[in-house]
Amino acid sequence: MSCEHSHTVLHGYLDGELDAARASEFERHLESCPECLAALEAQETLRSALQRAQLYEAAPVALRRKIRASLPAAVPDAFGLRWASMRWIALAVTAFLVAFVGWRMASNFNEKKQYQAAEMIDAHLRSLQSGHLTDVTSTDQHTVKPWFDGKLDFSPPVRDFANDGFPLQGGRLDVLHGRTIAALVYGRRKHVVNVFVWPTSERDVAPGSGSQLGYQWVDWRKGGMEFCAISDTSTTDLDQLQRLISQ
Amino acid sequence: MSSSDQGEGLGVLDSEERERFEQLVLPHLDAAFNLARWLLRGRADAEDVAQESMLRAYRFFNGFHGGDARAWLLQIVRNTCYTWLEKNRPMEMKTQFDEELHSQPASNPESLAIASDNRERLTRALETLPARFREVLVLRELEGCSYKEIAAITAIPIGTVMSALSRARQRLQQTLTQDAPQEASREL
Repeated sequence: MSCEHSHTVLHGYLDGELDAARASEFERHLESCPECLAALEAQETLRSALQRAQLYEAAPVALRRKIRASLPAAVPDAFGLRWASMRWIALAVTAFLVAFVGWRMASNFNEKKQYQAAEMIDAHLRSLQSGHLTDVTSTDQHTVKPWFDGKLDFSPPVRDFANDGFPLQGGRLDVLHGRTIAALVYGRRKHVVNVFVWPTSERDVAPGSGSQLGYQWVDWRKGGMEFCAISDTSTTDLDQLQRLISQ
Repeated sequence: MSSSDQGEGLGVLDSEERERFEQLVLPHLDAAFNLARWLLRGRADAEDVAQESMLRAYRFFNGFHGGDARAWLLQIVRNTCYTWLEKNRPMEMKTQFDEELHSQPASNPESLAIASDNRERLTRALETLPARFREVLVLRELEGCSYKEIAAITAIPIGTVMSALSRARQRLQQTLTQDAPQEASREL
């Protein structure tokens, strides 16, 4: 390998850390540089292998307990909760009321997202196990959309974006918090993108993104639907798909 | 939030700050443990160091002025790990600085796919990498840190995170695709 891009920019691209201009510049470069294309493929293989292997090691429960106990006077009661003063209780109640009455504040939405993200990653991983990816396999939106009819109490927006580099691969039913939701499956080069869709009565929220265990997600609410696109492809790709879906 | 500046040592945090510590820092114990586990290559040592790091974080919490609590904690974990390694495994620290790539990795996606499709082998390959490579890979691929966070945690300039990851990944790829993964840190 001699192309210098394969040692530097390629990694920024892989990690979704390039700005839009540099990312599209690198994409143009990819079209004419088989070395970088092969290197990108190799790096993507490596990344998905690292993710599949689930190498993350969480702290043992006993350690958590031990540390809590060793913090001087920090955690006196058995539940690990300490309301140090009435002020804290007042604060907590206020925060709760604000969150409840005034829809969701941004931070609250983020907390929920973190929680949901873990479930989305699980659902995404489940879908990658063989035979679980699609219940209806078709690149034709006119086949996929009617398939959902009668299976869901809402109608997810199904469109094919093959011309923009995100070919529709099919659809699937999934379950989140006990309710059945739609999963749309798109391809992005060799990656799979799951777009989960379910109805919401809450107001629109601009796209937010996050990353955990090497998976990227972008989620947003629009027109009474909540969307979460998740994949191991770059955030740049997911942003692009988000824009396409929201058009 | 009241500020407490009554000197140093454990136990100087007032109850509000303790509460804040528990809400902001303690939830990142998994991240702390995971980083320590990979830097020290063992769960038992990681438990000790994660605990020590948490206590240090607690002690220095007055110096945390908001921002990214996970990155702040991981910075402490990393420093504690290196101090621990210098003390307990000085030889390892010396050999770890051999960061040169001796040859370019073969970019054969098929053999790479086969070589990396095994948790044990991946673990071994990752563990044979020099610590400086291992840490950026763990932070990026397992912890999902941004370049900015990696720069803050590892104290390398943000402009060099990309090339550090590039070298680390090539090294991992090389380690995986050669026949004897155990021997990877030696001369190739």
